[in-house]
Amino acid sequence: MVKVLMNERLQPIVDQLGKELGAAVSEYRGDTTLTIPAENIVKACQQLHELGFELLSALTAVDYWPQEDPRFHVVYQFSSVAKNLVLTLRVPVPGINPSLPTISHIYRNANWREREIWDMFGIKFTGHPDLRRILMPADWEGHPLRKDYPLGYEEPQFSFNIHEIDLRKPYAKE
Amino acid sequence: MGVEQKLGNMGVATTTLEQAVAWSRTNAMWPMLFGLACCAIEMMSAQASHYDMSRFGMELMRASPRQSDLMIVAGRVTRKMAPVLRRLYDQMPEPKWVVSMGDCASCGGVFNNYAVVQGVDEVVPVDVYVAGCPPRPEALIHGILTLYEKVRAMKFAEEKK
Repeated sequence: MVKVLMNERLQPIVDQLGKELGAAVSEYRGDTTLTIPAENIVKACQQLHELGFELLSALTAVDYWPQEDPRFHVVYQFSSVAKNLVLTLRVPVPGINPSLPTISHIYRNANWREREIWDMFGIKFTGHPDLRRILMPADWEGHPLRKDYPLGYEEPQFSFNIHEIDLRKPYAKE
Repeated sequence: MGVEQKLGNMGVATTTLEQAVAWSRTNAMWPMLFGLACCAIEMMSAQASHYDMSRFGMELMRASPRQSDLMIVAGRVTRKMAPVLRRLYDQMPEPKWVVSMGDCASCGGVFNNYAVVQGVDEVVPVDVYVAGCPPRPEALIHGILTLYEKVRAMKFAEEKK
């Protein structure tokens, strides 16, 4: 088996974080990922910020439904422009009452990205200053990027049932 | 060279008021600028010199609904955009018409999902649907000429209040 060597400048950081935060390290095609428990995320972000990862380049989530615990993974991707390093954090979150502490006080652009995750996946961020929907209308129900969200589909009209479906299609009034 | 020569020196032309009104409506229709997606590119080229929609009296796209009497919905309408669309339609003065341009505006097109309105006729009453993804400028012009036929056939008695 050919083992790809981790970037030698990233190695000490990963070693340090892995020991302190109970992180599981995995590598895929040169990208290093640390999977850490939810209670350590703020601490991890603080440390990464001090270690020179000045940019939160991506913050998103994955829904592994129907798997329930953990149902979601929240993915944080950090970049260090000065050191030319990239590091990914993954945090498993359960499907019932999913919530995570906010990191918007450490990385300010996390504010809107956490709102997007709340909007699309329904993962709450405790301590967030302004947790509102950001993409969907304010009165929207449900979180559309969840795998169990119904696909809003229209009944296709064919020549044999066009009139039947037409009767229950909602048309606008004048 | 004026109209009197064409009228054979009769000096007076007679017509019905309905026909005169319909003629003036169809020869000076001001569409509202409502491009939402790629269909808007075709709408722009329909107005540019190659296809030149001003041949049919549509020189101007108005940026204000209060100055327009035709809304060309060109592109997909998201559920977040739908209230805006309806509000702009309500602000247009009567009489007003709507052309739903392209598959997305007509029936949702390929966007069969939570975010896109499945046909703009759920939001505003549509007079003419133009099929295509996106429709070519000829198709849009054909749709507008079809609308003209409809407008010319309108009777005052049947007009909406």
